[in-house]
Amino acid sequence: MKAAVITFPGSNCDRDLAMAFEKAGAEVLRVWHKDADLPKGIDIVGIPGGFSFGDYLRCGAIAAQSPIMRGVADFVHGGGYALGICNGFQVLTETGLLPGALMRNSGLKFVCKPVDLRVETADSAFTSGWSKGDTVRVPIAHHDGNYTIDAEGLARLRGEDRVAFTYVENPNGATADIAGVLSDNRRVLGMMPHPERAVEEAHGTTGGSVLFRALMSTMALA
Amino acid sequence: MKARVHVMLKDGVLDPQGEAVRHALGTLGFSGVEAVRQGKVIELDLASTDKAAAEAEVKAMCEKLLANTVIEKYTVEIA
Repeated sequence: MKAAVITFPGSNCDRDLAMAFEKAGAEVLRVWHKDADLPKGIDIVGIPGGFSFGDYLRCGAIAAQSPIMRGVADFVHGGGYALGICNGFQVLTETGLLPGALMRNSGLKFVCKPVDLRVETADSAFTSGWSKGDTVRVPIAHHDGNYTIDAEGLARLRGEDRVAFTYVENPNGATADIAGVLSDNRRVLGMMPHPERAVEEAHGTTGGSVLFRALMSTMALA
Repeated sequence: MKARVHVMLKDGVLDPQGEAVRHALGTLGFSGVEAVRQGKVIELDLASTDKAAAEAEVKAMCEKLLANTVIEKYTVEIA
């Protein structure tokens, strides 16, 4: 598996994400947001967490206009895989590659703690290492993680089995407890929790490594 | 030419910040505030001298960047 990880000004989980991919056995290429194209031959692009452009205007809104995002859109439209975590999820909704939007947490506070997620579908390259209904403990760290989508959009996500993860206890007011969603071709995952911060014993929990290992096995078959 | 853009959350989208402001106003003794919605005002100085063209361009800016039309609505004033 060959993965590209993008860095925007203000990204702060890019290195963690690169290490999580590497730990699963991937070769990782780091990409600057001003690059016009993704490297050739990659299987997946990772859009990391952080505070790109200081969260100015809206979280992810400025990053969504960076030159590299045109390359990401082309890659995704050509069937490429993408994983957006936290700020990366915000960037993917701002580009329209995933539906919905991330609003300010309903409690207005930045929330930083481990949470339990429920795996809502095992039918994706990201979640095939679990069974539907499994729970996994992964940290969250965000101020704007309140996933918002209208009733029609929610019905579509549910009807197409595209809710990847929900919170066991909703920490931010997200619609239908949603923590992560898949694109219609199931190859783009956006999630607020940080699986890349749960891949080593030193992290306190290693549940996130299931996601990266599942990706690795899908890519190895491809 | 100047343009002023108002960006507000769409009706029906819960505004946690507006709700917190409403609550704080109540705490300060301002009773009777039934709802608060918080938005943004963005002012632009434009080189254009054509009002209609400027308005069309600012609307395009709103659609592409200044507002997230999934959750926000906007109005444009040209002065």
